[in-house]
Amino acid sequence: METLNFAIANWSQILARGWEHISLVGVAVSIAVLTGVPIGILITQSRVAADRVLYGAAIIMTIPSIAFFGLLIPVLSPIGQGIGYLPAVIALIFYSQLPIIRNTYAAIMNIDPALREAARGMGMTAFQRLREVELPVALPVIINGVRNAVVLNIAIATIATYIGAGGLGVFISRGISQTDPRQLITGAVAVSVLAIIADLGLLLLQRRLTPVGLRQS
Amino acid sequence: MIRLKNLTKIYGGTTAVDNVSMEVGAGEVCVLLGPSGCGKTTTMKMINRLIEPSGGRIFIDGKDVTEVNPVELRRSIGYVIQQIGLFPNKTVEDNICVVPDMLGHDRKASRRRAAELLEMVNLEPAAYAKRYPKELSGGQQQRVGVIRALAADPPVLLMDEPFGAIDPINREVIQDEFMKLQAAMKKTVIFVSHDIDEAVKMASRIAIFRSGRLVQYDTPDNLLAHPIDSFVADFVGQDRTLKRLRLIAVREAMTPNPPSVAADDSVETAISRMESHGHASVVMVGPHGKVLGFVRLEALRGKRGKVGEHYEKLTSVVRSDDNLRNAVSQMFSNDQSWLACVDADGLYEGYITQRGITHLLGATYRDK
Repeated sequence: METLNFAIANWSQILARGWEHISLVGVAVSIAVLTGVPIGILITQSRVAADRVLYGAAIIMTIPSIAFFGLLIPVLSPIGQGIGYLPAVIALIFYSQLPIIRNTYAAIMNIDPALREAARGMGMTAFQRLREVELPVALPVIINGVRNAVVLNIAIATIATYIGAGGLGVFISRGISQTDPRQLITGAVAVSVLAIIADLGLLLLQRRLTPVGLRQS
Repeated sequence: MIRLKNLTKIYGGTTAVDNVSMEVGAGEVCVLLGPSGCGKTTTMKMINRLIEPSGGRIFIDGKDVTEVNPVELRRSIGYVIQQIGLFPNKTVEDNICVVPDMLGHDRKASRRRAAELLEMVNLEPAAYAKRYPKELSGGQQQRVGVIRALAADPPVLLMDEPFGAIDPINREVIQDEFMKLQAAMKKTVIFVSHDIDEAVKMASRIAIFRSGRLVQYDTPDNLLAHPIDSFVADFVGQDRTLKRLRLIAVREAMTPNPPSVAADDSVETAISRMESHGHASVVMVGPHGKVLGFVRLEALRGKRGKVGEHYEKLTSVVRSDDNLRNAVSQMFSNDQSWLACVDADGLYEGYITQRGITHLLGATYRDK
């Protein structure tokens, strides 16, 4: 009850922090899509490259987020951005790579070889094959990777409060330091709700973008 | 139309295609036939440069294909594969129009053409044009696969075991449909198969491959009658003479201008007609020459009156434009040693006998 009262009293602040959170994750994942999808497509050309890139992306995932933020401080300090928004976004971009690259790679590799054979035999260029056949068919799986990245990043972005990047993590960190369960619970619930909404929203997008001929009837 | 000259493909140390030279005339269906790994598919894929030759040359219409940009080359050659490979994200109509769209043809015109082609393979355009491949059965999908290859009206068609994955009943139907299309469109077709029956049915010429070499290149009938070596003989099968039956029209084994009787002829006339021809029976025809039945010499002996009072029904007749395989099958199933042959209107044209058929099939062996 107390928590509810706190939440109602601080509603505008929750929205503001929530918006910061969305901005962090939104910007990071958007950039990650622009890098991860092309990388995922490129590595389908070489088994060795694929193994290395996926291994590298998996290693990034094992770095504790708080350590990653810490590592970026000396790197970005020379340009005066050691803490705050920029290092947070950069870290989130790195964390997004594995799900996006892995899903893009798997989606393209799993395309029925007969489609590629037919497309090649009919005189499609590599680019036409990608645009007309491979990407549309792979799209549902790629978006699934984006969903994973978004949910993952919403959780990780909570830590970004410790380098002053704001977001809903602010409530949680303050709740811990002030032993104030109201703030702690408010922050935690807000993060969960945001993750669920984002996940459902992307699920809808995934359904919409799935070519009609590939939808489960 | 298509000429292969010393065509060779070497993978590492193994020679997949070994110095193959052959020529396929315009409008012919050339079936490349052989066991798996014999080089037939590799040979075909070198024609549209899906595989680059290690040596030798390929000419289409006198033009060396290696001088053409491979993408443009492939757009000018129809391509059908066993796994069909319809694009699941495109409608049937858009699948058919893939090449015309790439070539920048008028969209409306190519969609109209797609509808015509759908009709030619008995798929109602109104019902199927806007559907997606997964909503079609395998046989329907391959029909679309075939007409997709024809959509831009290429002079040459490459088909890689196109009907190999279709169930046997549908395969016969789709083969017949393709033959009808081919009769209308007269494409130059290279057709890879491992099925001798399919090859005999479709081919103008059959090329038999064995470990990368072209062993024999001949018309189906010559191949079946005169296999060049024991490998070819084994491959076409011990029943190869029976397979020839399908290639020969009933008309070729038929005795034309046969004697016949009418219903109001007298029994005596019928008897004397059979005796003068040395026949044991004679067909009874109607006033315009339609086959109505037959009378047997044995049954008429001692009878009086008109033929029409004594005739028996014929259990079966055969069209003279049908093939001998069907005729023989009818003879066997009805325990008959002869069959009356009729034209499209049911008019009596002649008869065939088992003796006549065996004699005809044997002729090619006696000549040699």
